Amino acid sequence: MEALIAIAIGVLTTCGVYLLLRARTFPVVLGLTLLSYGVNLFLFAMGRLTVGAPAIIEPARAAYTDPLPQALVLTAIVIGFGMTAFVVVLALRARADLGTDHVDGDQ
Amino acid sequence: MTQLLQQHLVIAPLLVPLLGGILLLLMRGSATPLRRLVSMLSVQLLFGVALLLLLTVSDGRTLVYALGGWPAPFGIVLVADRLAAMLVLLTALLALFAMMHAIQGSDRSGRQFHVLFQFQLLGLNGAFLTGDLFNLFVFFEVLLIASYGLLLHGGGPDRSRAGLHYVVVNLVGSSLFLFAVGTLYGVLGTLNMADMAVRVAALPPADRALVQAAGLLLCLVFALKAALAPLHLWLPRAYAAAGPAAAAIFAVMTKVGAYALVRVSTLIFGPGGELDGLVEPWLLSLGLVTIVVGSIGVLASRQLGLLVSHLVVVSAGTLLTAFGIGGAAAVSAGLYYLLHSTLVAAALFLLTDNVAAARGRCADRIAAGPLLPAANLLGGLFLVLAVAVVGLPPLSGFLGKVMVLQAGLSSPWMPWILAVVLVSSLLTLVAVTRAGSALFFKTDPDAGSATLPNMADLVPVMALGGLGILLVIYAGPVYAFVAATAAQLLDPAAYVGAVLGAAPDAVPVVAPDMAQGAVATPEVNLP
Repeated sequence: MEALIAIAIGVLTTCGVYLLLRARTFPVVLGLTLLSYGVNLFLFAMGRLTVGAPAIIEPARAAYTDPLPQALVLTAIVIGFGMTAFVVVLALRARADLGTDHVDGDQ
Repeated sequence: MTQLLQQHLVIAPLLVPLLGGILLLLMRGSATPLRRLVSMLSVQLLFGVALLLLLTVSDGRTLVYALGGWPAPFGIVLVADRLAAMLVLLTALLALFAMMHAIQGSDRSGRQFHVLFQFQLLGLNGAFLTGDLFNLFVFFEVLLIASYGLLLHGGGPDRSRAGLHYVVVNLVGSSLFLFAVGTLYGVLGTLNMADMAVRVAALPPADRALVQAAGLLLCLVFALKAALAPLHLWLPRAYAAAGPAAAAIFAVMTKVGAYALVRVSTLIFGPGGELDGLVEPWLLSLGLVTIVVGSIGVLASRQLGLLVSHLVVVSAGTLLTAFGIGGAAAVSAGLYYLLHSTLVAAALFLLTDNVAAARGRCADRIAAGPLLPAANLLGGLFLVLAVAVVGLPPLSGFLGKVMVLQAGLSSPWMPWILAVVLVSSLLTLVAVTRAGSALFFKTDPDAGSATLPNMADLVPVMALGGLGILLVIYAGPVYAFVAATAAQLLDPAAYVGAVLGAAPDAVPVVAPDMAQGAVATPEVNLP
C-alpha cells in the first residue's frame, strides 16, 4: 500500500509541476489543483498508513490512527479549495483585462 | 478589565483586527466615513495593544497563551517574546500610517479595502505570534489571501498581470510549505516549534537527512516570502502595481519571511542543536546575490514605483545577509536594519504615490515632467528618504549598514560582504540621485500640467520619515532593545522552557501521558 500511495503522490506532483510550467492560465490552474491533491495525500500519509483503526483512543482497542494529519489535511483542503476558486476568478479577470490567456499577458 | 486584558494580551493583536474586519464586513452598506472611522479605530486600538504587549515582554519574559487551555505540545499556543512583540508593534505602526493615507481617498478605488486591510493585519500578527508550525501556514494563507485582494484593489491590466504571477508563485510556495510540514511531522511527531527544537536536539542519526531536507524545503518557502534571490522575481512588479496603502503594508510582508527564517534557524535548527548552521550559509551567500541583483534592478528601473520595489529587494538582501552572518552582533544589526528598512520603504511607497499624483499624466516615470508646484517639499522629502534608504550618514540606513558591516568583519566572508554592500550602496546612490534629479529638477513644458499635492496625503510620509529619524536619535535605547532581542533569540532554551513548562489552569480531558502516545509516537501503530 505504501508503494501505491507513494507512486500516486509522485505522479500527481509530476503532472502538477509539468502543467504549472505551461504558458496558458488554464493548464496552470489545473497544475495547481493536481499539486494540491498530491500534497494533501502526502500530508495524510504522514500519520502512517493504518487500516481499520479508529482515529480516537479507546481502551478496548490497541490500535488507533493518528488523528492529527487528518485534521491538518482537512484544513489544507479547505484552504486549497478557496485558493483554487480565487485563482480561477483571477485567471478569468486577467483574460478579460489583458485580452489573452498567456501567463505574462503579452501574447 | 485590566486583569482581563493582561490575561489575554497575547491574543489581543489577533482579536482586534479579526473583530474589526468582521464588523466592517457587516457594515458593507454603511457610509464611507463611518467605515473609515471604524477601520481607523481598530488600527489605533491595535497600536495600543501592541505597545502594551511590547512593554510587558520588554523585561525578557516569554508570554505563552494556550488556546482553549490545552497544554503546549498538544494544544495550539501563541508565544510573545521580544522579537514577536517588536514586529507586531512595527506592523501596527505601518498600518496606522497606511490607513491615514488610504482614508484620503485611495480606499475608494475598489470595494472592501478596509475588510481586506484588517484581515491582512490579522494574518501578519498571527504569523508573528504563533508558536506552531501548522498555524504559521494558516496565518501565512490568511495574510496572503488578504494581500491578493489588496494587490488587485482598484483593478486594471497592470494589477491583473502582476497579481496572476504573485498568486501562482505563492500558491506553489504554500504547497511546498505543506510538503515540508508533513515531512517534519512524520519524522518528529510534533508541530509545536518548541517541542520540535527538543526533538531535533535528540535526533537519531537515521532521521537526520530527512529532517535536514524538510528543514531546507521549509526555509526555501520562507526565502520565497522574504524575496531571497533567485526567488525574488515576483516582488518588484507586484509591489509596483499595488496601491500606495497596500504597498506600504506590503513593506512588512517580506519581513514575515525573514522573521520565520530567523525564528526557525535559531529555534528548531538553533545553537547547540543537532542541525545548527543548516540555514545560515545559504542566507549569507544568497543574501549577497540578492543585494547585487536588486541593485542592478534599481539601476534599470524607469519608474519610481519599480525603483522603490527594487530597493525593497536590496534591503531584504542586506537583512538576510546580516542574519546569515550569525551571532549576537549580526542578528541585532539585522533587527535594527529591519526596523529602518520597513519604515523607510513604506514612506517611499507613499511618497511615490504623491509624486505620481502631482505629476499628472507623467505619473511616476523617471523622466522630465511638468513643473511641480511643491517641488521643494516633495523633493526635500524624497532627499531625506533617499539618504536614509541608500545608507548615507546621518540617517538610520547608515547606522544599520555600519552595524551589519561591523558584524561582518569577523566572518570568513568578510571581503565579499564589504565589497557587495558598499558597491551596492554606491549603485543605489547613483540610481536614486538620477531619479531625484529627473523628477524634481528637469522640466518639460510639453509634459502636461502638474497639480498641487494634497498636504494631508504627505502627513503619513513625514511621520514615517520622522520615525526613521527617531531611530537615529534614540539609536542607543533601540540598539539595547534589539541586542536584548538577539540574545533572547540565541538562547532558545528559555523559549522552549516557557512554552513546554507553562501549565494552564484548565486541565484537559485527555491525560498528558495518553496524548503523548497519540501524538509523539505514531510509529507504534504500524502493523
